[in-house]
Amino acid sequence: MAQIPAISDSTNRRHLKNVILKVSIIILSLITIVPIIFIIYKIVVNGISQINLDFFVKPSPDSLQAMTALANHETIPGGIANGITGTFLIVIVASLLAIPVGIMIGIYLYENPTSRYSGLIRNISEILQGVPSIVLGVIGYMWIVKNVTNGFSALAGSVALAIMMLPMIIKSTEETMKMIPNEIREAAFAMGVPYHKVIIKVLIPSSISGLSTGVLLSVSRILGETAPLMLTALGSSVINLNITKPTNAVPLLIWEFYNDPNMVKLVWSSSLFLLIFVLSLNIISGRLAKKHKTGRKK
Amino acid sequence: MTETQLNINNPILKVRDLSISYEIGKQAVKGINATIESKAITAIMGPSGCGKSTLLRAFNRMHELYPNITTEGSILLHDMDIREMSTINLRRKIGMVFQRPNPFPTMNIYENVLAGYKLNGIKLRRSERDEIVEKSLSDVTLWDEVKDSLFKKGTFLSGGQQQRLCIARAIAFNPDVLLLDEPTSALDPVATAKVEDLLVKLKEEYTVLLVTHNMSQAARISDNSMFMYLGELVEYGKTDIMFTNPKDSRTEGYLTGKFG
Repeated sequence: MAQIPAISDSTNRRHLKNVILKVSIIILSLITIVPIIFIIYKIVVNGISQINLDFFVKPSPDSLQAMTALANHETIPGGIANGITGTFLIVIVASLLAIPVGIMIGIYLYENPTSRYSGLIRNISEILQGVPSIVLGVIGYMWIVKNVTNGFSALAGSVALAIMMLPMIIKSTEETMKMIPNEIREAAFAMGVPYHKVIIKVLIPSSISGLSTGVLLSVSRILGETAPLMLTALGSSVINLNITKPTNAVPLLIWEFYNDPNMVKLVWSSSLFLLIFVLSLNIISGRLAKKHKTGRKK
Repeated sequence: MTETQLNINNPILKVRDLSISYEIGKQAVKGINATIESKAITAIMGPSGCGKSTLLRAFNRMHELYPNITTEGSILLHDMDIREMSTINLRRKIGMVFQRPNPFPTMNIYENVLAGYKLNGIKLRRSERDEIVEKSLSDVTLWDEVKDSLFKKGTFLSGGQQQRLCIARAIAFNPDVLLLDEPTSALDPVATAKVEDLLVKLKEEYTVLLVTHNMSQAARISDNSMFMYLGELVEYGKTDIMFTNPKDSRTEGYLTGKFG
């Protein structure tokens, strides 16, 4: 017991190390946070001037209108309605394609965790997650643009984005299903409920908030995708709701505005719109996930 | 071991040379023969891993959910081989309650009681539904506690109430046999006492099979007891006789706390 003073000595040094580590963590996290705050600040300040009712209900202006408005120091007329409707159209169709397939594959993986086929699916899904989005755009171009719609189309964009969503939905479905206590499944089986009804009437309803979290996260991930849409949906200056026709999307519009020196202001406004949209989706899915976790404790 | 020492006048279930293995060459249940008395509580005791839960699950073929399981021998319900019955019919006649209360989290109390009908797509008239819910909840002495909150989620009840709700869900099908797999091991003493009282009451209408590793519980409420060890049915007899005068030294060792 004579070593006690030595221990208190090293306690002091440990204390110092603790403080050093703590300070460096705070500094490093500030370095990460500050640029994010600047980015958001810059987007809000530059983008807010163009946000008005027209921005949401009118299609994008042409270069001449924008130039005239700039010369007269007015706000640029028109908005991004063609982009908003296009984004909704493409994302909804992509979700309709990806959600059922993804959830079914996820349930398969959960029910057969160790089969060789499951391992293969998991590997492929991981590879798919690593495929650059522009490559998926090329695939959408080859499959749909060239063979199905014979021209650029919203459908082609949806297919490319659906492939992007798949791995995330598969993963989140499997993880959510794993969180359902086994007793719940057994309770259903013990009443003689057949397998498919257990999945449809017990497992999916019990995990609905977890499943929607996964879906919302994958949607917010594809909302900002630009590259695959350039090769598939192409863009359109009018509001289009036909999935076999070229369609615009908010990120595509941002790219178009960027390439036109008269419309740079609209780049900021569109970015602000996209940012708020994606952020709110993320917040909603975060809330849902929290609800899912607390719901399980009971 | 051959036929049991027990003389049973009104048998409901007969187990004949039942062996169950999870892997080839590894038997969890070894050649069990037993006859279960109708409208009585039969306790299945034994140390962990002795195959008591597997035996219990074999009665409504829940053990078949595990992969690679092989079953030899047979179980007869009213002299009919349970493997010739459809699982839905079998599990309507033989209900099950689990160790941890497991009401369906997405359903309210009312729906939970009717879950068996609902999930199997059996249509009932509203009056029938109300009657089944009231009778089942009254049978488990839960009606007075929840009659004003029938449409709240079952997961808001206390653990003991949830377990009684699960028993109500099992008896809503009006089964012949109730299987209970350590139904009180997740409950506090007060809730345990309530469930035990309930089981004693339920045996007037149902045959109760109870897996427990709580020996005093078996002594308190069961009529007949089975003692299992390493997959074998070591001893089966009247509970009061078995607890006071066990025939097998392994039973005696377990009851006196030498192993298990």
